[in-house]
Amino acid sequence: MTKMEATRDGYGQALLELADNEKIVVLEADLGKSTKSLHFRKAHPERTVSCGIGEQNMLLVAAGMAASGYIPFASTFAIFTERAFEQMRNGVARPNLPVHLCGSHGGTHTGTDGSSAQSIEDLAIYRTLPNVTVIHPSDSVSTRVLTKQLAASSSPSYMRTARNKTPVLYDDVGEDIIQIGKGIELQNGSDVAIIACGVLVSEALKAADLLAIEGIHATVIDMHTIKPLDTKLIDVVSERCGSLVTAEDHSIIGGLGGAVAEHLSTTSGTPLERVGVNDRFGESGQAHEMLELMGLNAAHIALAAKKSISRK
Amino acid sequence: MTTADELREVARKCRVHIVDMVYRAQAGHPGGSLSEIDLLTALYKTQLNIRPSEPKWEDRDRFILSKGHASPGMYAILAEMGFISVEDLESYRVLGGICQGHVDMKWCPGVDFSAGSLGMGLSFGMGTAIAARLDGSDRQTYVMLGDGEIQEGSVWEAAMASAHHELGNLNVILDRNRIQNDDFCETQMRMFDIPAKWKAFGWNVMEIDGHSMESIVEGLEFLAQSNDGPSIIIAQTVKGKGISYMEDNPSFHGAAPNEEQYAQAMKELGVSA
Repeated sequence: MTKMEATRDGYGQALLELADNEKIVVLEADLGKSTKSLHFRKAHPERTVSCGIGEQNMLLVAAGMAASGYIPFASTFAIFTERAFEQMRNGVARPNLPVHLCGSHGGTHTGTDGSSAQSIEDLAIYRTLPNVTVIHPSDSVSTRVLTKQLAASSSPSYMRTARNKTPVLYDDVGEDIIQIGKGIELQNGSDVAIIACGVLVSEALKAADLLAIEGIHATVIDMHTIKPLDTKLIDVVSERCGSLVTAEDHSIIGGLGGAVAEHLSTTSGTPLERVGVNDRFGESGQAHEMLELMGLNAAHIALAAKKSISRK
Repeated sequence: MTTADELREVARKCRVHIVDMVYRAQAGHPGGSLSEIDLLTALYKTQLNIRPSEPKWEDRDRFILSKGHASPGMYAILAEMGFISVEDLESYRVLGGICQGHVDMKWCPGVDFSAGSLGMGLSFGMGTAIAARLDGSDRQTYVMLGDGEIQEGSVWEAAMASAHHELGNLNVILDRNRIQNDDFCETQMRMFDIPAKWKAFGWNVMEIDGHSMESIVEGLEFLAQSNDGPSIIIAQTVKGKGISYMEDNPSFHGAAPNEEQYAQAMKELGVSA
């Protein structure tokens, strides 16, 4: 039986493990129970700043603390980080202050809360900001490892986590393979490479199984860091496979698919099919129903893979 | 101890720098720089615990010019304090210059916040104030807000949160010059009883005359002595103060004087041709 955990739990665990460093501070906007910063708050209330329901203020309080030598981790729902986008742009990214913003409940996988809570554009908008690292981990273990690595960074970051449980992929794997900016090759095949992030990495692995039944051998990459993008790895698998698919629970505009397409447009021009939310909003539904409705699950990824292969 | 007369003389020199900068660049914001400069002069000369030769000294008081477009005023006082040179003022709005159009902590020594987008400085100052408290330091944070600026909703997020966290080390100076970009505040967005609003948000409030050095020093003392929560002095000022044709004139919020106007300004500021 596959172990299931939500990536937001990995974030909460990482904050607790980081707490030995007295410069680590946590900022909340009344969603600590949801983003999982509550564990840190319970253990270290003196280093937790409640900003009430005020995301714009939270981002800049974090900036002020970062400018004073602290390492702030601020979190809310991915969708609500967006109302503080200009604060992130002008108050954090521009002066390059190491504020680490975490947006939980990203993507349509968020489920029954419906479209108002399903951010499908966060990766795209934060990717446009100079100095900002953008991360979307695939499981709770990699979320924990990557969050802890961020604490050592001197630049700001945006990390998206997910509300609902997904398979734990790195339970029995050495943590040293998980590094910011380095995609992880989970499966090696020579017919097509599926480059996925977040909750769709486990779907990509299932898609590879479906393809294998038909004798198609797929490479599967967990591209947890959207920026800086691991273009070296993309070049390697592009050369090996000759066709690519990206898969993300995010708009097909501007996210992982957009980033990979930008790279390919000035390099190999390898055929690419993008699996993502097709320029529409979500609705209420269970996580697995949303992946089906939005065309994001394993079956859709496998179809996209075959289409990409046919374009070789 | 700096006397009121000495402060007035520093402020006069700063006004000359302000008009020089904006005239040279043929762009910038003279009105709000001239309304704030008496406040900045007294703050820098009598209150701030800072080291011009060591601008990044960790335990310095923080000053955050939230109305970051009024940068000529801040550059002028930084030059008079010795953080930058008078020659540096010539780099205002010039490619590669340390005096960027809006104050920027990455470019200019003595600048603690990269401003330019209104409504952000108070939140940032709340962060530096909490950091000081966590450090066990009694260093102070001062934030200057414009009156038009408080139309930004996020200012009130910060006002509420700062009172909630009882930040006695957070001090605000509000430059109530009654004019914003397009016109008088009264026309653009009435703000009604501003002192009552801050009181209702849980702040210590005092109103002062922002062009009387005696009144300003009294206001700064009030800030220094109010430590049970965040405090604000609301300074009644005149936009463009000190240059007759700029005073109370919305046209000089963001416009440079021409050659003739420049000559007149210098004359009014006691600079011989």
